[in-house]
Amino acid sequence: MSVVVVLVVLALVVWLVMAPLSRTHLQRTADAEWSAREDLEALKEAKYREIRDAELDHRTGKLSEEDWRSVDRSLRAEAMELLRRLDAFAE
Amino acid sequence: MLVAGKFLLVVALLVAVYGAGASLYGAIKGNRGLIESGRRAVYGLAACLVAAFAILESAFLRSDFHSFLVATHSSTTTPDFYKATAIWSSQEGSLLLWAMLLSVWSSLVLYLTRNKVREIAPYATAVLCGFAIFFVGLLVFFAGPFKGLSPVPVEGSGLNPLLRHPGMMVHPPMLYSGYTLFTIPFAFAVGALVTKRLNADWIRSTRPFTLAAWGFLGVGILLGARWSYTELGWGGYWAWDPVENASLMPWLTGTAFLHSVMIQEKRGMLKVWNASLVLATGILAILGTFLVRSGILQSIHAFGASTLGTPFLVLIGILIAGSAALVIWRAADLRSDSRLDSFLSRESIFLLNNFVLVTMCVVIFWFTFWPLISELFGAKRSVGPPTFNSFIGPLAIFLVLLTGLGPALAWRRATRANLRRQLTIPALVAAVTLVTLIATGVRDAKADLLFVFAAFSAAVLVQEYVRGVHARRAMTRETVPVALVSLVRRNRRRYGGYLVHLGVITLFVGVAASSAFQHADDVQMRVGQTTPVGGYDITYVKPTSGVVAATNGRLERIDLGAVLEVRKRGRLVDTITTKRSYFPTDDPTLGPVSRFFEGEATSEVGLRAGGLRDIWTVVSPSLSALKPAIAQGDKVFTGPAQLDAKQQGAFLAAALQALATTYARNPPPAEFRLIVSPLVTWIWLGAILVFAGGLIAIWPGPRSAQRMVSAGYAARLARELRRA
Repeated sequence: MSVVVVLVVLALVVWLVMAPLSRTHLQRTADAEWSAREDLEALKEAKYREIRDAELDHRTGKLSEEDWRSVDRSLRAEAMELLRRLDAFAE
Repeated sequence: MLVAGKFLLVVALLVAVYGAGASLYGAIKGNRGLIESGRRAVYGLAACLVAAFAILESAFLRSDFHSFLVATHSSTTTPDFYKATAIWSSQEGSLLLWAMLLSVWSSLVLYLTRNKVREIAPYATAVLCGFAIFFVGLLVFFAGPFKGLSPVPVEGSGLNPLLRHPGMMVHPPMLYSGYTLFTIPFAFAVGALVTKRLNADWIRSTRPFTLAAWGFLGVGILLGARWSYTELGWGGYWAWDPVENASLMPWLTGTAFLHSVMIQEKRGMLKVWNASLVLATGILAILGTFLVRSGILQSIHAFGASTLGTPFLVLIGILIAGSAALVIWRAADLRSDSRLDSFLSRESIFLLNNFVLVTMCVVIFWFTFWPLISELFGAKRSVGPPTFNSFIGPLAIFLVLLTGLGPALAWRRATRANLRRQLTIPALVAAVTLVTLIATGVRDAKADLLFVFAAFSAAVLVQEYVRGVHARRAMTRETVPVALVSLVRRNRRRYGGYLVHLGVITLFVGVAASSAFQHADDVQMRVGQTTPVGGYDITYVKPTSGVVAATNGRLERIDLGAVLEVRKRGRLVDTITTKRSYFPTDDPTLGPVSRFFEGEATSEVGLRAGGLRDIWTVVSPSLSALKPAIAQGDKVFTGPAQLDAKQQGAFLAAALQALATTYARNPPPAEFRLIVSPLVTWIWLGAILVFAGGLIAIWPGPRSAQRMVSAGYAARLARELRRA
């Protein structure tokens, strides 16, 4: 029984580790671009969350109309800048 | 099977070394095949360690005494439930659990992020494999769990009776899950620093794991406290023991990180602080493991003296030096993207909260290691709970105030008018609480201050829910329950977080009340005698006794206890029972009867838990009256009479039963510890709220809703972009 367990695990490990080794092409540039895009996506999500939070703060009375409009305007400007940078990637 | 286990550990070590090497080399050369292979090596590592763990677990369940670990930590009389958990009562078994959990959590995070954080992931994989190399290396070279035993004994030593508690089934896996999960943000932070990818992406990818680490460690800490309260027989739940402190420290810095990282996500600020905090949390998790395993500090929770201290110290040294070097190396890239708009903002409260949490951690670290620090300058000294309480108490009171102030303020800035609107009702609630405390004669400055702040903060949080529901209803006209669910569902982080804050407040109120207003008495009582404690009269009604056999017929323990009646102004409140259980030792120098009274003994607490107060009792029976009979029994059973093992067992059982009956018929005075503590239940209730809130915050939002919201914003922003 123990021999079977060891052999099965060993076979699994060898298969797991060896299978991707046939793909030896280099992708450093693609990874860097991918990561930069992911960074922007994360920033965009965080910015959207910030816009929603500010709106909720306004609705629950923590931000006055005037303050909220000012904060919302600057947040949207920042979000648009992020969208511009994301669009640049797409092009 | 033991050989198979050893072999799997060696394979696991080789796989971990390969995983680290392949990931690093693949990252440096930009070779995706190698990177992928390195990532999959972590899955292979998990397969090896799960299989090895299963082999050892099977040996415990089968009471296979060919295994040294099984023979020394289990027995045929150990209940099956505890046989399954006995594996982590040993240094070696718990190390295997640690390594297995590390590999499983690492596999999970690497699988979930396989198409994300591509540049960071290989370095994170290498770091996680590095941790695995260390722990599996310990298992292979220093603390092998698959050691054999010859000759094979017919019976094992049994599980330490103190560990026979349901909480112990879950406590260590929870604690280790917390520790191992905290290595994940650590590893990704290292990757982010190496690759200079220091924006929000690695935080977003590892945030669920950071929250899970925080939750698991918190549950583990609370289960440990519950075990201490109901099993250790001293009446408390927290003793500022080094091992308790070791688990609390990474939890505190982890809590600080979860708050401050929101500022980085939103504003791109505090990057140096957050990197340092997450690295420190990972190191503190390893430090906690070191404290449990090195025997360097005395603790009831530690494994005692071992040879593992030096390897751990080397690892901690490398982690500290490496982390500091990385942060200094990347200091220029860790500059903040923006600045604090106003000191009257949620960000500034988060900064204060970080200051308090980190100060707590520093204080606890200093006093925990004070015995070692003081030894460097002369005599070894240690500090007790009063010293810890005198520093941590005021900080905790301030923290309770911040749990309310933070949610009351808006991000970026708050105006005086908004503050007035947010704080008027909570301030009134706090004032009413203060007047009530004064009127009812509750006099303890620190506790009263905490209650007032708690009332203020709880009012802020309830008001947040009420206003949120009101705002939602104004938009959608939903019913109150539907609006509440929708509000929480759409803002899980925020309202899950608020529930965590409510739980923390409840927990701290419980701690303050049960510490400041506890009534405790250590008394000796004869049957029929009564002792007044905290407004209750507790009467020793009668003794109890019994000899308990395991399912296989072997004697497991002797129980000697007491039945107590609790009355308030003559009215019977409850009848509670408490007992002390005596487990036999396998010490050959003791006689067959003495072995049952000189081994480990555990207390079963007689507890009447209630919403307002707990009545906690424990008995310590006097054995002096039984001593002559025990000595006589030893003589009889070691005498010249030729009895086979079966006969000897039967006679011994009869003799022990007779001793137990003698105790019950002529009970000597017994020692009791009687405690009446207010609001202890609030601690456990608070903990449940904290982790329910954590679960809400960690639960992923509905994907379709996320997409719709994102798409909506994107469309709106795109329109504005076209207009611009």
